[in-house]
Amino acid sequence: MPRDVTLTVNGARVSVPEGAMVSTAVAMAGLMGFRKSVTGEPRAPLCGMGICFECRVTVNGRAHVRSCQVVCSDGMEVRTDG
Amino acid sequence: MGDSFDVAIAGAGIVGAACAAECAASGLKVVVVEPGPIGGGATAAGMGHIAVMDDSPAQLALTTYSQRLWMELAPQLPADVEYLPCGSLWVATDAQEMAEVLRKKALYDQPGVGVRAEVLDANAVKEAEPNLQPPNLAGALRLADDAVLYPPCAARYLLEQSKAKVVRETAAELSGRGIRLESGRWIEAGVTVNATGAWAINCPVRKRKGHLVITDRYPGYVRHVLIELGYLKSAHSIATDSVAFNVQPRRTGQLLIGSSRQYGAEDTVIDTHMLHWMMQRVLEYMPGLASLTAIRCWTGFRAATPDKLPLIGPTEDPRLYLATGHEGLGITTSLATAKLLVDQLLRRTPAIPLEPYLPCREMSH
Amino acid sequence: MADPIVVVGAGPAGLAAAARAAQSGARVVLLDDNPNPGGQIWRADSSKAPVGEAARWLQAAGNSAIERVNGARVVAAPAPSTLEIETFDGAREIRYSKLVLATGARERFLPFPGWTLPNVMGAGGLQALAKSGFPIAGKSVVVAGSGPLLLAVAQYLDTHGARVRLIAEQAEQSSITRFGLGLVRHPGKLIQAMGLRASLRPIPYMTGCWPTAAHGSGKLERVSLRRGAKTWDEPCDFLACGFGLVPNLELPLLLRCDLGETGVAVDEMQQASVTGVYAAGEVTGIGGLDLSLAEGEIAGYAAAGQPDRARALFSARASARRFAAALENAFALREELKALPWDETLVCRCEDVAFGRIRKFSGWREAKLQTRCGMGPCQGRVCGPALEFLLDWRTESVRPPVYPARIATLAGTSEPQPRS
Repeated sequence: MPRDVTLTVNGARVSVPEGAMVSTAVAMAGLMGFRKSVTGEPRAPLCGMGICFECRVTVNGRAHVRSCQVVCSDGMEVRTDG
Repeated sequence: MGDSFDVAIAGAGIVGAACAAECAASGLKVVVVEPGPIGGGATAAGMGHIAVMDDSPAQLALTTYSQRLWMELAPQLPADVEYLPCGSLWVATDAQEMAEVLRKKALYDQPGVGVRAEVLDANAVKEAEPNLQPPNLAGALRLADDAVLYPPCAARYLLEQSKAKVVRETAAELSGRGIRLESGRWIEAGVTVNATGAWAINCPVRKRKGHLVITDRYPGYVRHVLIELGYLKSAHSIATDSVAFNVQPRRTGQLLIGSSRQYGAEDTVIDTHMLHWMMQRVLEYMPGLASLTAIRCWTGFRAATPDKLPLIGPTEDPRLYLATGHEGLGITTSLATAKLLVDQLLRRTPAIPLEPYLPCREMSH
Repeated sequence: MADPIVVVGAGPAGLAAAARAAQSGARVVLLDDNPNPGGQIWRADSSKAPVGEAARWLQAAGNSAIERVNGARVVAAPAPSTLEIETFDGAREIRYSKLVLATGARERFLPFPGWTLPNVMGAGGLQALAKSGFPIAGKSVVVAGSGPLLLAVAQYLDTHGARVRLIAEQAEQSSITRFGLGLVRHPGKLIQAMGLRASLRPIPYMTGCWPTAAHGSGKLERVSLRRGAKTWDEPCDFLACGFGLVPNLELPLLLRCDLGETGVAVDEMQQASVTGVYAAGEVTGIGGLDLSLAEGEIAGYAAAGQPDRARALFSARASARRFAAALENAFALREELKALPWDETLVCRCEDVAFGRIRKFSGWREAKLQTRCGMGPCQGRVCGPALEFLLDWRTESVRPPVYPARIATLAGTSEPQPRS
């Protein structure tokens, strides 16, 4: 029986299927931009495989985590940049 | 073919570029020979710190003079030079280092020296730099006029200012006649200047390898350039490998982390052992750094001389000059080096005494 | 106890190498940077279990002689026969008796105006994200770029509820038909390829077609496409766009392996130029699934001291290689793509450096030093292949850490001593 995992993205609660990556949670929270570039452009995932670094978010206080490669867990706190 | 130059400079690092700019500003016709990228040697590898240091009176005179020149130039520097007047903190972790802080303060306060310096106690340091957490933090010396910049772009800017012709070939021979290129062609000039840094031959310069690390963006994590007072012992020692805590912010919020010094290491490969040692030293001062992300590591070669002062002036050949040997102070002292060099070419009165930097001086080996 | 055979990468090649080595009696450590094995093509789908060939190889790699370390990235090679790996929470050193590099490939991204907008993704990129739960049902997608991957991605998206508006393949029909004809020598593939195309029949597959710009405010809203003399805008929620694949050569280069024309240079036993190091799969040259499996099996047998078993696979590998060569010719990138970026178009996304600034320089190193392109966290993995295509620059240069790593990892784990 597939279960859901509940976490927060910028303080808002989001539920995702077990095994989903943090990138899914950010998308489900309705956010288009995951981070701001050096000149302030909104950016979102590009490669989906951990090499482009556009999907970086803060997870449980740790900055610059590639959200496409981290599995969501209950109670996780995700913060996006701006 | 038909071009005649007053000055031919070998090397377009920060020192060569600064010399080119000063030559041009003084009405001299200058050509620069550089086979690689502009500012591609130690200029690219170093941190880009503009710092006052007082290992010797001559070093103090040169760094303060040059720092003033940078401050005058700062408003004209383009954005990609990333000039940031963040100031430095020299960190003391025991009574002996704190005494050194007070000694420096007294020296810098002297009217002839005039360097803006402030003594901070441990609490003031913690407030200024919350992430600086060495055991036994005693205090620090804050030098507000120290700054950082991005050296390859600074070198390019200076070279552009000079409007010098740049010949993109390797210099095979430097003499009073000029520069002989690898292709055999001679670039003839009234005077030749060797500004080839760690690659300078026929002069008492040795390569001193260093490692650096740059992190991802952590804006506000560090506000000043942070240096341990032990850095001076590291830079002072001329024979043994050493590391010293040195962290610097970049305008984007990335941190530059160093430093290491090695003699006799001629390859550019990252030395894992040195890297571990250096980073462990850094973590002693900033344990919170452990969880930050490092993006790149690299190495570079400083041009070191036996007495830790650069070589600025003529060799035995009165038409062949040296402008090299700047060790870890190339960025800082590039502008003053250029002034002192052109002072000698044009017999101008220099702002500071030249003798300590003349290549023909007495040096212990 | 002897050090294990370490396999880096748990895609098809790595899984095959690990399985065959373990079956031959060796102790194996299989590393992968994703939370689950499978690489890209067999990426774990959060909506269903693996089937078919993928399932069989994943099962074979479940052999108890294989220690699987997921979420692990190799960042450095600090000593002979030693790798430094970093996981989410820590770091460790692994010593190996033999090493198999199966680090696979990544997509080649070419810049065009608007490509940095949110929801412009790689083709494999959107598929990977969708497999890890990214919501695409009901969303409209334009699939663009080049290669058979576009078909696989379109089919995946289509069967998972996305509305794929069209597939824009930059190669000309004639080029691809040659590929299709070439497939007659590989009957199984012909059926497979046609099968994909057949199921996609309602989705327009436009050859000689490529994106010229992406538009939108804050996120993608529509894509401009060109086909011959015609240009038009296609409204969509996502653009899944990738222009072929490039091998992940950073770790092989760090280990000083020689490169050949297509990737890591290997001999018939998949041995690289460095003793004890093997390479298999896309890292030796883009060649597709069957070639990756054949190379992986050969490398696994060879590393485990079973050359006869390896030799038995040579003809399967040769056949797969011929297929790979035909593929490359069919989907070669056209010159017009070099004119896609304007001077204002960003090429380096990590440092926001525009094409106009970069192309003033004569080479990668000078451009890097003056603009900082390639100096960001992706370490040139995105902008490097783009500039190699756009400007014919050679952009490889590798130093540790091969991926960004924590400072704690760079500080090592043992007490340092100054060398005497």
